[in-house]
Amino acid sequence: MDTNSKNFEPRIVGFLCNWCSYTGADLAGTSRMKSAPNLRIIRLMCSGRVDPSFILRAYQLGADGVLVLGCHPGDCHYQEGNYKALRRVLLLKRILREFGIDERRLRLEWVSAAEGEKFAKVSNEFTEEVRALGPLRLETSVLLQTQGEELATQEVAA
Amino acid sequence: MIKLTIDGKTTEAPEGMTILQAAKLLDIKIPTLCYHPLIEPFAACRVCVVESKTEQGEELVPSCQTPCQDGMVVNTHNEHVLKARRFILDMMLARWPNVPILKKYAEEAGLQAPRFSSALKDERQDACILCGLCVKACNDVVGASAISFAQRGLERHVATPFDVASEDCIACGACALVCPTSHIKFEVEDHKGKPPEFLLGPNTAIYVPTLQSVPRVPVIDKESCIYFKTEGCQKCVEACEPHAINHKMEDEVVEIDVGQVLVATGFDAFDPTPMTQYGYGRLDNVYTGLDIERMLNATGPTAGRVLLKNGKPPRAVGILHCIGSRDENYHRYCSRVCCMFALKFSHLIKERTQGEVYNFYIDIRAFGKGYEEFYSRVLHEGANVIRGKVAEIVQAGWSKSDEGTLLIRCEDTLIGRFREIPVDMVVLCNAIEPRRDADQIGRLFGLSRSPDGFFLERHPKLDPVATTTDGLFVAGCAQGPKDIPDTVAQASAAAARMLATIAKGAVEIDPVRAEIDEQYCSGCRICNALCPYKAIDYIEEKNVSRVNSPLCKGCGTCVAACPAGAITGSGFTDKQVYAELEGVLSV
Repeated sequence: MDTNSKNFEPRIVGFLCNWCSYTGADLAGTSRMKSAPNLRIIRLMCSGRVDPSFILRAYQLGADGVLVLGCHPGDCHYQEGNYKALRRVLLLKRILREFGIDERRLRLEWVSAAEGEKFAKVSNEFTEEVRALGPLRLETSVLLQTQGEELATQEVAA
Repeated sequence: MIKLTIDGKTTEAPEGMTILQAAKLLDIKIPTLCYHPLIEPFAACRVCVVESKTEQGEELVPSCQTPCQDGMVVNTHNEHVLKARRFILDMMLARWPNVPILKKYAEEAGLQAPRFSSALKDERQDACILCGLCVKACNDVVGASAISFAQRGLERHVATPFDVASEDCIACGACALVCPTSHIKFEVEDHKGKPPEFLLGPNTAIYVPTLQSVPRVPVIDKESCIYFKTEGCQKCVEACEPHAINHKMEDEVVEIDVGQVLVATGFDAFDPTPMTQYGYGRLDNVYTGLDIERMLNATGPTAGRVLLKNGKPPRAVGILHCIGSRDENYHRYCSRVCCMFALKFSHLIKERTQGEVYNFYIDIRAFGKGYEEFYSRVLHEGANVIRGKVAEIVQAGWSKSDEGTLLIRCEDTLIGRFREIPVDMVVLCNAIEPRRDADQIGRLFGLSRSPDGFFLERHPKLDPVATTTDGLFVAGCAQGPKDIPDTVAQASAAAARMLATIAKGAVEIDPVRAEIDEQYCSGCRICNALCPYKAIDYIEEKNVSRVNSPLCKGCGTCVAACPAGAITGSGFTDKQVYAELEGVLSV
């Protein structure tokens, strides 16, 4: 992973709800819209399923930014899940500050199933914002081991 | 039953029937001026007098008010009667010499030259003859009492109190309806931009919408009906033999428990008034597709003839495609049906007038079975097609005979020139757009909408009738513009899907569901309140919560909220999501 600010490619994890934002992302794909490849999508049934521990785990595993996308208020497929997501994300942003993680690295947006264009726009904009913020560079001691290998944040095997 | 003889013909009449009505049964016409079937006869004009011979004697009686008597012998036009009628009509003609109905009756009665003259001579053809029908209608039938006779003798006339505009008048038109000389006229003041010939709807407050309505029963327009303003009239109730009319019917709110819903709420027609360059609502003879459809219909305002406002057929008609569709400023989508109905109009207009037809199009979309062949046929019949959008429609009559001519200014892209084409009538093919209240309906059912505003189907190719919510289906133009064959196909598909679910007898639930491990559950009940489907019950005896599986939709809100981590959402457990994160961030 290149951490040189000129060529830094941010790693963004997106938690998308199945009914609205995931379908919207699918629409962006079928409409051949260009969106940044930095976004890695995790599909959940509802944005209300997003546990704050998922977001923190994402940062621990090396994500530089996390995007949570759900249905518009009032339109949640499960009635109110997106409101729960909103509460949790707002609270989490404050806690992230305590961890020394810039709260701009977490973003919540509403994308409906028809808003392919919005999905592409949000995905691209957020990627650029995180690119400008630079790599997260959490302390190695808090990083998670995966499958016995150590995740290095500094060097990259070129 | 009463037996009587009229003009030598014997007939039977029920008790209470008047001579006038009995004569009508025998097809014998008796002239009347102050009689109207809707109003209690009051025998003011005396024109309807007939000679009646009974046991009491022989005398002239007003036939409109006199009831039949058993054994009566009536003569409606012997010399005795005609002499009386001539006298009355002579006096009336002295004052109103040009009123057609008076002249007609005078001729029938054999009045040669009027003898009398009057200082109050009124030469108008539509003069008021003071019959009093309007007053009776307004006071007795309608109950509004806005007009009555004012002054006496020579000054007697029909008026509102103090001759000022009446606040009591409910504009029902009953006075205009009963007036025998058309002295009272009923006119629409505010056309609201629509061509007035389409604004004037049914003639009565109770009417059958069209001859093709389903079911074909009359409806009452609450806003026009006199009963709802004055509690008067109710002539329809009197006339209805099976007593099927009840003004007191109220709207009923009925609650029905259903398992599936099909939303087929249709579309709205785009209103081209904001496109001022086309002059809809401003220029005469500029119509939308729906207006022309009504005009061409045999039950429409012109009985199917294609006519301009001045009653003449057009020499040339311009049909403008894509009004409000395929337009960056209004709707970017194509409304799908307009090319074909434009060709239909071209064909019908050419058939019914001998004029020219010009189609101004961007593309001709003749996509269905037989559609392209029809397009070829219409071209062969001589319809003109010009590829280019129309810039504007202007009025351009150079001489009196050309007045009302409209000039279509357009670009003909195939020859690369601007053209100006004079026509008499313009048809705007207006777009199909989503209903004005589509967002409310969407919210009510939890239906998403696509960017163009129509309801969103589950999959654009593979599932055009279902939605993302089980049991909720869409069909017809509510889902997107389409023509009749496609609507029928889609509606049938939706109905079949719904029937299949009912026939199965059981509902399949998604395996994505939440489950509470009662070992870890502390009974805090946070999940109970969070569940939007109220699918989590609290078991008192064990002090734990339990998920009611059939109700659970698997959203996972409770899974994320449980402080003890006691709930697993199958398919989306914490462990599974962590594994996904690891995988996704390993590169």
